[in-house]
Amino acid sequence: MSEALPLTEPAPGLAREARTRGVVGRLLRTPSFLIGITILLFWAVCAVFAPSFVPYDPYADDLLNTLQPPSAEHWFGTDQIGRDVFSRVLVGARAILTIAPLATLVGTVAGTAIGLITGYFGGWVDAIIGRLLEVMLSLPLIIVALLVLVALGPSTPTVVVVVGLVFAPLVARTVRAAVLTERHLDYVAAAAVRGESAPYIMSVEILPNITPPIIVEGTVRLGYAIFTIASLSFLGFGVQPPTPDWGLAIAENYGVLIGGFWWTVVFDTAATASLIVGVNLAAESLQRALAE
Amino acid sequence: MSGALGPFLLKRLALSLLTLWLLSVVVFFGCQVLPGDPARAILGPLADPRAVAALNEKLGSDRPPVEIYLSWMGGLITGDMGQSYAYRSPVAPFIGSALVNSLKLAATVFAIVVPLGIGAGVLAALRAGRPIDRLISVAGLSLTVIPEFVSSIALILVFAVLLRWLPLSASWPAGSGPLVQLQHLILPALPLVIVLFGYIARMTRAGMVEALSADYTRTAILKGLPWRTVLSRHVLRNALLPTITVIAAQMGYALGGLVVVESLFRYQGIGSLVLGAARAKDFAMLQAGILTVGAFFVVTTLLADIVTTLLDPRLRTGGRR
Amino acid sequence: MTDPAVPPVLRLDDMSVSYRIRGRAVPVLSQVNLSIAKGEVYGLVGESGSGKSTVALAVQRVLPANGRMSGGRALINGRDVGALDRAALLQMRAREVAMVFQDPGRALNPSITIGRQVAEAFEILGASGHEARRRAEEMLTRVRISSPARVMERYPHQLSGGMQQRVVIAMALAKDPSLLILDEPTTGLDATIEAEILDLVDTLRREFGASILFISHNLGAIAGLCDRVGVLYAGRLVEEGPVRDLFADPRHPYTAGLLRCLPRPGLRKDLAPLDTIPGFPPAPGSIPVGCVFAPRCALADETCRTIDPPLVTTGAGRVSRCHHHDRVGDLPHAVPRAAAGTLAPAGASTGTPVLELTALSKTYGSAPYAVQALRDVSLRLMPGQTLGLVGESGSGKSTLAHALLGLIAPDAGGGMALDGAALAPEVRRRTAEQIKTLQIVFQNPDSALNRSHSVRRLIGRAITRLGGLKGAQREAQVTRLLESVRLTARQLSARPRQLSGGMKQRVAVARAFAGNPRLVVCDEPTSALDVSVQAAILNLLAELQAERQVAYLLISHDLGVVRYLSDWIAVLYLGRLLEVGPAARVLDGPHHPYTEALLSAAPSVSGERTGRIRLTGAIPSGVSPPAGCLFHTRCPRRIGPICDTEEPPFTADAHGHAIRCHLPRAELGRSLAPATA
Repeated sequence: MSEALPLTEPAPGLAREARTRGVVGRLLRTPSFLIGITILLFWAVCAVFAPSFVPYDPYADDLLNTLQPPSAEHWFGTDQIGRDVFSRVLVGARAILTIAPLATLVGTVAGTAIGLITGYFGGWVDAIIGRLLEVMLSLPLIIVALLVLVALGPSTPTVVVVVGLVFAPLVARTVRAAVLTERHLDYVAAAAVRGESAPYIMSVEILPNITPPIIVEGTVRLGYAIFTIASLSFLGFGVQPPTPDWGLAIAENYGVLIGGFWWTVVFDTAATASLIVGVNLAAESLQRALAE
Repeated sequence: MSGALGPFLLKRLALSLLTLWLLSVVVFFGCQVLPGDPARAILGPLADPRAVAALNEKLGSDRPPVEIYLSWMGGLITGDMGQSYAYRSPVAPFIGSALVNSLKLAATVFAIVVPLGIGAGVLAALRAGRPIDRLISVAGLSLTVIPEFVSSIALILVFAVLLRWLPLSASWPAGSGPLVQLQHLILPALPLVIVLFGYIARMTRAGMVEALSADYTRTAILKGLPWRTVLSRHVLRNALLPTITVIAAQMGYALGGLVVVESLFRYQGIGSLVLGAARAKDFAMLQAGILTVGAFFVVTTLLADIVTTLLDPRLRTGGRR
Repeated sequence: MTDPAVPPVLRLDDMSVSYRIRGRAVPVLSQVNLSIAKGEVYGLVGESGSGKSTVALAVQRVLPANGRMSGGRALINGRDVGALDRAALLQMRAREVAMVFQDPGRALNPSITIGRQVAEAFEILGASGHEARRRAEEMLTRVRISSPARVMERYPHQLSGGMQQRVVIAMALAKDPSLLILDEPTTGLDATIEAEILDLVDTLRREFGASILFISHNLGAIAGLCDRVGVLYAGRLVEEGPVRDLFADPRHPYTAGLLRCLPRPGLRKDLAPLDTIPGFPPAPGSIPVGCVFAPRCALADETCRTIDPPLVTTGAGRVSRCHHHDRVGDLPHAVPRAAAGTLAPAGASTGTPVLELTALSKTYGSAPYAVQALRDVSLRLMPGQTLGLVGESGSGKSTLAHALLGLIAPDAGGGMALDGAALAPEVRRRTAEQIKTLQIVFQNPDSALNRSHSVRRLIGRAITRLGGLKGAQREAQVTRLLESVRLTARQLSARPRQLSGGMKQRVAVARAFAGNPRLVVCDEPTSALDVSVQAAILNLLAELQAERQVAYLLISHDLGVVRYLSDWIAVLYLGRLLEVGPAARVLDGPHHPYTEALLSAAPSVSGERTGRIRLTGAIPSGVSPPAGCLFHTRCPRRIGPICDTEEPPFTADAHGHAIRCHLPRAELGRSLAPATA
C-alpha cells in the first residue's frame, strides 16, 4: 500500500452533498468553464429568441443589395442574394442547437444501453456486438453518416438519428470499459448472490457508479455532434436551404471568398468555432472537476 | 519465446478479414437495400415508372439482394468494382488514382502532425502543471474540435487570399515535380493537422505522465541513473507504445476529414470521389469508395497492432511465464 | 553500541514531512528521530497511514510532487541529504542507498529484459557492458536464482512474484549499498514465498553487511529479522527499542495494543475475544492537543489530553512517548467468554451438515490450456461451525467459494448440498430459501459495497430481497442489524467512502446477515484491514456465530485468523485437498508436509526462527500440474519415486482427520509447541 498519496480520500464525515457542491463550486471557480458556458448560453439565447430581435428577416433576399460589405445598415454585410448576414448568423444557432443536442441524446442513450449490455454479459454477446461496433468504427463517422443520408435522403429527423447512431459505438466503447471495471467489483457479485436480476444489477447497481464518465462522454459528444452536423451541412447533407445555418452558409459562399467577399463566410466560421470551443471548454472543465 | 506470436497474428488477421467482410455487408446494405429502389432514388419521385424499371434492370438492382451482393463480391475479388452510373465507365480506375492522391495528402498530414504532436505531448508531460503544459493542452483541445471547413476558411483567407504564400488549389499542374506537389498539398493538409495535433499530443502526454509516475521509473531514478538515461531508456519506450495505436486509429478519422478538405480544395482524392458519388447517387462508385476507405482503415489498425505486438514484450511473449 | 567517531548510516533529526492537499499542508511525519548503525537492521512498524513509507521516500528525496520535507534533516553516512547537489545526489543513489518496494511486478520495467535491467545497475558504477552482464549474472546467483543466464533473457512478466522480488533485491545489492531500504517487500506474496524472501534478506545482510531499514506492518516479519524496532503512529515515533525486549514488554499502550490484537496460538473464539484498540487514528491534518494516542488509550488521563508526552528513556536503548509508560501492563484485557464451549465442540458430526460438497471439480479453459482449479473436493460443514480453508494463491480457495455461491458453474459430476437439499450451480435455479441461507462477506469492503448507495439502502435492499420485509418493518430490521454489528443509526445515511475500513466491513457483515443465513462464506474477511481493526471484526464474527448458530466457510491465508475462528481446517493445494480435519489436530499434527511448511512460514512475534521448514521452488502452474503427489516438486519430505508417480490415498482416522501423504502418520511432522494450549 503506497502512502505516497494517502490523503486524496476525504476524511470520514464529509457528506456526498458536500462533494457534489464541491464539483459545482470547483466548476464555478474555473475560468475555462465560465468562458465555455457563457458562449454556450449566448448561442442558446440566440437560438431561442434571435428571430424576434434580429434587424432583418433572415430569409428575405434583396437582389439590389447583394454582396454588400459590412456597414451601419448591415453590420455583417449581405450574401450573394442580399440576405442580411448578421440576422442569418444569429438565427443560424437555432438549427444546430436543436439537432446536435438531440443527436447527442440519442447517441448517449443508445450507447449507454449497448455498453451496459456488452460489458455486463461479456462472452459471445460482447464478441458479436463488439465486432459490429468495430465495423462501424472502422469507417470515418462522416462517411457513415453520408452513406445513410444519401440512402434515406436528408431531413432533420434523419440527421438526428443518423448522427446519434454513428456516435453510439463511441459512447458504448467508453461505457463498456467503465462497466468492465465495475463488473469485477464484489458488489456486483454480492448482488448476484442475493439473486438480483441482470437488469436490476445493470441499472441500479452499476449505472450510478458510471454516471460521471457518461456525463463527460455526453458533453464531449455534444461538441463532436456540432462538428459533425456542421460538416454535414457544409457538404449538403445536413440542414437544407433556405434555413439559416452556418455550415450551409459557408458552403454556399466560400466560392466567392477568392473575390474578396470575406464577410459572407467569416462570421459563420467564427460562430461555428466559438460554439464548438465553448462546448469543449465546458466539457473539459467538467471532466477535470469530476476527476478531482 | 515467439511461440505465441504466430497464432496471435493469425487470429488478428482472421479478425481483420471478418471485419472486412462485415464491412462489405454494411456498405452493401447502405447502398443497395436502404434506398429501397436505387433507380427511383436516382431519378427522383416524379420519374416515369417505366424509366425507373428500365434503369433498375440496367443497374441490375431488380434482382434479389443476395444475388446482387454475390455478384458484387465476385466482381470485387477479380478486381471489377462495377460500372459507374454517372461516368458510364468502370469504377476501379477512378478508385485507384483517387486513392493514390489521397495517400499523398494523408502522408503529408502525418509527416507534419506525428512529430509535432508527439513532441508537444512529451514536452507537456515533462513540464506537467507548468504554463507550457497548460498552453499545449488548451491549444490542442481547442484546435481538435475545429471542423476542417472552418479552419480551412481561416487558412485560405490568411495564406492564399491575404498573404498569397500558398496556392489555393490543391491540384498541381500536370507533370509537376514533388516539390511543387508538396507546395500544393500543404494548405489542404493543415486543417487535418490542426484537428489531429491535439489528439495525438493529449494521448502522448497521458502515456508519458503514466510512465513518469510508474514504479519502474522510480526504480531507475533510485539506481542513480542520470535523468536523460531514465527518460530515453525507461520512460519513452513504455510511454510511446500506446500512441502507435492511437495514431493508427486517427488514420481512419483523417480519411473522413479528407471528404471535407478535398471537396473544399477541389482535390481529386477518395474523399471528393465519395462525396461526388453521393451527390450524384452513383451507388456503384459510392459502394466501392466507402469500402476502400474502410479497408484502408482495417489494414492500418492491423499493421499498428502488429507493430505494437512486436515492440511490447508482454504481448510478444504471450501470457504469463 | 555506537562508536561516536563513525556517523550512523542513517540518522533522522526531527524530520517532518507534509503533503499539500487542496492547497493545505497536511503533516504526515512529525519530528521523527532515529538512527541506524552500521550493519544494523532497523524495523519500522506502523499501520496504514502512519507515514512509514513516506520515511523511505523522504530519505532518498523522491517524495511525490506535492510532498515536502518541512523540517529537520535526514543524514546518510553523516551527510545531509537535503543539502546535496544534483551530482552528489546521483552519486548517493548510485552507490550508497538502495531500495526494494512492495510490488516487484511494477518496480521492474516491463519492456526491458531482466539481464539488461540488472546490468544497468553495474554500468552506473562504471562497469563495461560485458563486465556488467557477467556481474549481473553473478548477483542473480547470489540471490539464489538457480539458472541466472536463462532468467536474464526473460522479461519481468514471465517471472513469478517471488522471482521478481529476488531480481529487485539483486539490483539493489548491485551497488553494495551501505543502506538498504525494504518497504513491505513481501506484502502480496504467498506465505511460503514470503518466508523464502525473508530468509534470503537475513542471509544477505550477513554476506553484504549492509544496514537495513525494514518497513512493514507485519509484526512477525519484523520480529524475525530486525535488531531494533521503531513504532510509528500518526506520523510520530511512539516507541523504540531492541526488538525482543520491545515485543516482550511494550512500553507504549499502542504497541501493547497492536501486539495483543494478533490472534496468536492459544487463543480461540470460544475461550476469549481478542483484545482490540478502540476508535480510529486521527484524521490526517487534524491538529492534536496532548498525546496523539490519547483518544484511543485506556490509560489516558487529563495530562495525556493536554500535554504532548516527550520521548522518555525507559530502559537500555529504549524510549517511549507515553506519560504512563510504566503502567502499560495495567491495560485492561478483554473479558474471557463466560462459558467456554458455547459452540458445539469440534468433531461432532451427527445430524445433517449445513453444507456438503461431493467430488466438486472445476476446470477453466479447454485442453491443452485447461487449468483444473478444483479437483474432486469433498467437504462437509456442520451447523454453527467454522471450516477454515487454507492455501496459497492458485490453490482454488476462491474458485470453491464462487462455485458454492453460484457465481461460476462447477464441472458436471460433482455435487453441492445445502441442509441436505441439492444446490443448483446457478443462482437463479436456487430456491429463495437457499439464497438467503447462503451469503458471503468479501475481502475488500471497498469493492463489496456499492459506493453510490447509502448504508440504509445497502442493508435495506438485502433485507427486502432476503428477508422479504418492506416499509417500517424493514427500517426496524435495518436498525437492529446495525446494532448487532455495533454500528449506530447515525451511520444510516452515510455512503461507504465516509466510513472507516472497519465500519465498512461491519456494514458488509450486516448485509450478509440480513436474511438470517445459516452459512456465510468469509472470503479473507480481514486481510484488507489493519491489525487493530482485524481483531474487532474477528470478535464480531465469533459473537454472531455464537448468537445465531451460523456456520462459516472461512477462506484465509492467515493461519492466525484461521486458528482463532475454525473448528475444522481444510488445506488446498493446486485445487486438491491435501489435508482436512478438526482444527486442533491439523494444527498440532501429525500434519501434511505442506501444512507443516505453511505453519512454519507464518512469522511469529516472539521472533523464534527455529524448526522452520522451507519450501523451495515456485508453485507449479495449474496448466501442467505435477504427476503423482501434486506436492512432490516442493516437498521437503519426499520419500522416493512413489511420490512422483502415485497419488497418495486420502483416508480419515477416527477423528475425521485425513492426510494425503505416502508417509505413515507416525513419521509426519508435529508442531513443536502445540497450537492449542
